[in-house]
Amino acid sequence: MTTKLFGEPVRRREDARLVAGNGRYLDDLGANALAVAFVRSPHAHALITGIDVDDAIDVEGLVAIYTWEDLPAGVREPLPLLIPHPALTHGRTAYCLAKDVVRHVGEPIVMVVATDRYIAEDVCERIQVSYEFLKPVVGLETAVSGPNLVHEDVPGNIGAHMIQEVAAKDGRATRDVIAAAPHTLEFRLDIERSACMPMEGKGVYARWDADDRSLRVYSSTQTSTSVRMAIAAKLGLPLPKVEVIAPDVGGGFGVKIVHPWPEEILVPWAAILLNREVKWSEDRREHFISSAHERAQVQHVKVGFDDEGHVLGLDVEILHDHGAYTPYGIIVPIITSTQLLGPYKIGSYRVEFFSVYTNTVQVTPYRGAGRPQGVFCMERTMDKIAQYLGKDRTLVRAANFIQPDEFPYDQQMIFQDGRPLIYDSGDYPESLRKLKDLIGWDEFPLMQSKAAEEGRKLGIGVGCYVEGTGVGPYEGGHVQVTSDGRVHVSTGLTSQGQGHETVFAQIAATELGVPIEKVSVVTGDTRRFGYAVGTFASRAAVMSGNAIALACRKVKEKALRIAADALEADPADLEITDGMVHVVGAPSASIPLATVAVLSNPLRYAFDEEAKRATQFATSGSMDKPPVAEGQEPGLEGKDYYSPVRSTFASGMHAAIVETDPDTAEIKILRYAVVHDCGKMINPMLVEGQIHGGVAQGVGGALYEKMVYDEHGQLLNASFMDFLMPYVTEIPFIETDHLETPSPLNPLGIKGAGEAGVIPVSAVIAGAIEDAEKIVIDRMPISPSDLYALRDSSRTSGAVSRLRNTQ
Amino acid sequence: MHDVSLIVNGVPREARVPARRLLSDFLRHDLGLTGTHVGCEHGVCGACTVLLDGQPVRSCLTFAVSVAGHEVTTVEGLAKDGELSAVQRGFAECHGLQCGFCTPGFLTTATAFLRDHPAPSDDDVIEAVSGNLCRCTGYQNIVKSVHRAAELLAEEGS
Repeated sequence: MTTKLFGEPVRRREDARLVAGNGRYLDDLGANALAVAFVRSPHAHALITGIDVDDAIDVEGLVAIYTWEDLPAGVREPLPLLIPHPALTHGRTAYCLAKDVVRHVGEPIVMVVATDRYIAEDVCERIQVSYEFLKPVVGLETAVSGPNLVHEDVPGNIGAHMIQEVAAKDGRATRDVIAAAPHTLEFRLDIERSACMPMEGKGVYARWDADDRSLRVYSSTQTSTSVRMAIAAKLGLPLPKVEVIAPDVGGGFGVKIVHPWPEEILVPWAAILLNREVKWSEDRREHFISSAHERAQVQHVKVGFDDEGHVLGLDVEILHDHGAYTPYGIIVPIITSTQLLGPYKIGSYRVEFFSVYTNTVQVTPYRGAGRPQGVFCMERTMDKIAQYLGKDRTLVRAANFIQPDEFPYDQQMIFQDGRPLIYDSGDYPESLRKLKDLIGWDEFPLMQSKAAEEGRKLGIGVGCYVEGTGVGPYEGGHVQVTSDGRVHVSTGLTSQGQGHETVFAQIAATELGVPIEKVSVVTGDTRRFGYAVGTFASRAAVMSGNAIALACRKVKEKALRIAADALEADPADLEITDGMVHVVGAPSASIPLATVAVLSNPLRYAFDEEAKRATQFATSGSMDKPPVAEGQEPGLEGKDYYSPVRSTFASGMHAAIVETDPDTAEIKILRYAVVHDCGKMINPMLVEGQIHGGVAQGVGGALYEKMVYDEHGQLLNASFMDFLMPYVTEIPFIETDHLETPSPLNPLGIKGAGEAGVIPVSAVIAGAIEDAEKIVIDRMPISPSDLYALRDSSRTSGAVSRLRNTQ
Repeated sequence: MHDVSLIVNGVPREARVPARRLLSDFLRHDLGLTGTHVGCEHGVCGACTVLLDGQPVRSCLTFAVSVAGHEVTTVEGLAKDGELSAVQRGFAECHGLQCGFCTPGFLTTATAFLRDHPAPSDDDVIEAVSGNLCRCTGYQNIVKSVHRAAELLAEEGS
């Protein structure tokens, strides 16, 4: 049995219960709870002129109907704007239930509580809401140019406007640098909406204990601690009387970090009011029209560069669609703006974004969170420079790379955590070398020309990215060794399939020197750990992993001190192996950690044989000292927090070979290669799993997934039948290689890995299709029909589209 | 209301339900077998797949009353005598699941598939699970898991 588990492909400890059908997801709980359904707006923009419930109130099984008018103070105010920012001058959030106006299809208007969901939906159908229609605002460019407003007090539909500029070393402004550059290019890029689409929708289940006046809420959330604080604040409850638990969560990918969702306030409120258990489980249509989407941006790019392809100046203007409300602030366009720079040294950079209201579902982070759009912009730029100069695309990238000896590298911008965008470590030239080897970059031209002889069109694409991971402010870990030798680890952030029960146990077992079988891990349960931020931004392993390691080190220090007394040894001469504290090199002079745990807690009462050792007549401590020494606490436990000075920056590079059908324009990915660097890997098997899943979502975003809104603001494809998520048949075999460039910023040397896989995929696939077709690809996703139309238009324009030289 | 009697995971079960009760809701809420998950409510994602007389069906597209008198196997019925089945072990060994929400549908589907195709090719496996959506794994390890399950089944049979 080994206790060196950090870095090993340990099998997941979650799986035994999940494959047996013994997971406990939100809707698996609360078998006797009342069910909630909502009347949601079928219109994108309208005034609510009346709500008629007369036909509904006789339905057998109906318990309650609520509208905004019924809500108490606290619940009737707009939902919080979670991340305020000075540039978000016109932030707006929704109400739990719409007040007077609806601003997107799906906005909740009436809450119905009934004995089961079937009946609750029957009631919803019988409630008549009357509307006076307002003009819907759909589409980014319509929103900024048209006369219609989503919020009547937000001129031009512009919620936020922000400029960041990093001037050239000689102080010249970016636009001046570009104007004077040897070569310039100018182009427009377009990325459509997609969404997280976890297999399990959201859900909330609340139990009110009227005798104890305490509330327990289960939510399928990525942040139980923050949901707890929001519920306590909105319902006016003392925080200690509210506990929130994230049970098994069936995927998140970002959408479940937003909080409090209206339902997270309304369901507990109704449970208290009715003094009954109440549950709401989101159905798939609700998830499409009332949760959150992401990605949609239009980018205008100007770039100036020299003969070698060095980017001298880059000027990007972004229109970002944030939908009807801004509960999560402007994090997504800020990330696009900053992470756009990737692994490159850009001579001067100006980025300006407008974050814009439309009468559509709100936009909040989806895995990658603005990075896929930024990387699409930068990598398309690199490809265009290479084509213009007639250079290999990887050489242009390499010419702009930050070199390994240039870390820490300050990009001189402010990142999404409000801290400087300073890269901590990386080795981009080595990543590219590995990637070119893996995909066979240098051999591809031969493969391509051979295929062409057979009438086949092949293309290769490449994309690089840097990902700021492990954003603060902090996470904590608590570790307790009990007298049975078990190690109980808890952290406040939540899990949605990442395998935290496994990786945090690996860290604890390694740090403490105990068998992993002795370690159990609890996440996302405020009964166990009350302080946390949440699981997003590839931060859980970095933040809680380090916090747990630090907590373990405290526990170990205490254990060695107590054991040293018992063994009459120097703590510096002790180590822990397989749960035994022993003198280094003398395993016979040892004491089990379980016994140390007993001794750590001076007792009056013995409850079992083990406990007798710690009772007052059994111990032999000095009569001049208190049983618990000054500055010490009883028990073998420790708590610590990890709060980084700034984010740690993971990186990676992807390449793909695609084949396009000359007749049907069908696009097939023949090979997909990933080189990934997330610092030291806790569990390489799980890192690979994260990459596979990310790439699959990236392929969805590149080739299949988009939210199709018509001009009335109706989402036309709000179902799994029409929103095309990839099945196994759409995802290529993903070849992976790793670099491990440790982060100098944290004790474990790790960087986040959760989002990485998805980030560059659209850029890579666009580059590969462009290479196969010799047609400019500036808009993603791209379907066979889109490609077919592009071929047509490039033929009718009489020439293969050429990149425009604005010089 | 209708009395529905059927065999679930080898055990006779009955409940009184409205005609419109879906089999998925019947299993989850009337019988308390919450291992069967509902991802889309219209037969596209496959998370709710159960075996009806041994064949995979979408329980979200099936009325409970229509399966009276039949045999249903859910994910809870795959393990025998507390031992995980070869398919369940294959998925756990090969990291074939992450959040685990879609997993019951893959397990039931793969169980029926491997019973009929004990030595599948890669293409066979891909075809077999091509009606199930997973948002976490990218499918690579799911395909690997099914192959591993085939190996484990072969070892059990030998």
